[in-house]
Amino acid sequence: MKQHDMCNSRVIGAVAIVKESRSAILGLAIVVLLVILAIFAPWLSPNDPTEVCLGDRLISPFTESKYPLGTDHLGRCVLSRLLYGARVSLAVGIAIVGISTVIGVALGVVSGYYGGIFDSAIMRLVDATLSLPSIFLAVVIAGMLGRGLASIMIALVAIEWTSYARVARGSVLSLMEKEFVESARSLGARDSYIMARHILPNIIAPVIVVATIGMAYVILAAAALSFLGFGAQPPTPEWGAMLNAGRVYMRTEPYLTILPGFAIMLLVLAFNLLGDGLRDILDPRRVVVE
Amino acid sequence: MIDYILKRMLQLIPALLLVSVMSFSIIYFAPGDPAETLCTGPDGNANPKSVEEFRIKMGLDKPLYTQYLIWLNNVLHGDFGYSYQSGIPVFDHIKRAFGATFKLSVVSLIISLTISIPLGIISAIKQNSPVDLACMVGASLGVSMPNFWLGLLLMLLFGVYLGWLPVAGYGDGGDLEHIILPAITLGTGSAAITARLVRSSMLEALGQDYIQTARAKGVSERIVIGKHALKNALIPVVTMVGLNFGYLLNGSVVVETIFGWPGIGRLTVDSINMRDYMMVQGCIVFVAVLFVVINLLVDISYRYIDPRIRYEAA
Repeated sequence: MKQHDMCNSRVIGAVAIVKESRSAILGLAIVVLLVILAIFAPWLSPNDPTEVCLGDRLISPFTESKYPLGTDHLGRCVLSRLLYGARVSLAVGIAIVGISTVIGVALGVVSGYYGGIFDSAIMRLVDATLSLPSIFLAVVIAGMLGRGLASIMIALVAIEWTSYARVARGSVLSLMEKEFVESARSLGARDSYIMARHILPNIIAPVIVVATIGMAYVILAAAALSFLGFGAQPPTPEWGAMLNAGRVYMRTEPYLTILPGFAIMLLVLAFNLLGDGLRDILDPRRVVVE
Repeated sequence: MIDYILKRMLQLIPALLLVSVMSFSIIYFAPGDPAETLCTGPDGNANPKSVEEFRIKMGLDKPLYTQYLIWLNNVLHGDFGYSYQSGIPVFDHIKRAFGATFKLSVVSLIISLTISIPLGIISAIKQNSPVDLACMVGASLGVSMPNFWLGLLLMLLFGVYLGWLPVAGYGDGGDLEHIILPAITLGTGSAAITARLVRSSMLEALGQDYIQTARAKGVSERIVIGKHALKNALIPVVTMVGLNFGYLLNGSVVVETIFGWPGIGRLTVDSINMRDYMMVQGCIVFVAVLFVVINLLVDISYRYIDPRIRYEAA
């Protein structure tokens, strides 16, 4: 009976993990697909995404083979702009998350490892930033730095790095209690060596989870800022900016509003699913107890 | 309790200092000269003499740190200066705008909680059922959907195609007709987040020993869920309201801009576009203080409601 119960619970646990990772796999599949589309955009696009052709303005989707998804108010090919837009969103997301991760992890590890005044100062700054309304801060910072993708990247990095610093510091604090850190230290290893060889490899998992969910947040926020006119400037094919330009023609050409928004949602959803799935898989509290 | 509140209030100081220094300094690092921008008339370039006069009148000729201290002192006395654009005190603009934002937030919050709490509970009770799956797929979509897109789609459907509701605007002091679409737009995102929280909190409550005890002694399932589990699961609802309010405040930047709702989010964006520095400073400081104070109230009430949380532990 007991044997049977244990077996049963293990089966249920395994099913649960597969089920959880099913959404992660779906998320991963969409991310991979969109990355491939972004990389091969120059070969897949039927037209130049920034080429203005006033003779072909506002053509509806599926009506002309030259423009499979129609054209915008300047006669630019919507499909090509969407494909190149994936490049912009992914590149912006990767840049913001990458820079935030490097800054956040470096500061978080050092402040968790050494503690003291530096730690308190960094953590006060992190808490202060996290307790403020992020989109308002981003809008104000980006708006004041001037329009452009660089501005929104700076604005979002200024906010995002704090999440990574907090996660890294928390993981370091729990690792410091572990024997292998203590033994490395008693063997006379330098601090920098311990941080690089013993601490960093062990905090990668939680950082990856935060970075994946961070991609979703950052892509959405960057699109919102571009939509408001602070980010990508014409003629850059950016989804948020396309949506903003298209909404003027909402009554007659709704596809100009619907398509870029759908693209944003798909990419954000993919990263959210992947991030949630990874968190469930990597979270030690969720691991099935044998 | 008093100790805890005082401690929490002390913790607010870095955040407030950060936002004050940031909102002040960033604006002065920005490209573009407000005096020149504002003195430029329809006829062309500004007259250098009037630009200089304007600069002195507004105190823009003093060193940066003096400007900061004067400004901070004024802000602490409730004086946010005057809008460059309208000449009316910034605080008057903010008060009016906040009224509109508050109205929108309350309606969105009601929409959000009416959707999310029942769905979260049903999902938890019928865990891993098709209903649960549908709710959680819906929640994932709701979290991932850009609110500016949702707003435009609703506008398109109810405003343009069906013609049931006005497309945008404030109407007669923000009447029900005009508030519905922006409130749904804002409420959907926060409903998605809240539904997930309600679900996990309910699942946690259902896993407790006292639920098993109640079931074991033969209490009907309706009472087990309605009385034993729900009451405990909804304790974090206060936090959710607070979280929601923060979410709504953040979302108002975009949603108010699309729907032409004259709230604080739209005021911030418009002021940035107009380079109305005093107004931008006032808006960001006001919103930050509001945000921080709401979080404080949430923390305090959370500890007040749930006696299991000890103040010292924080």
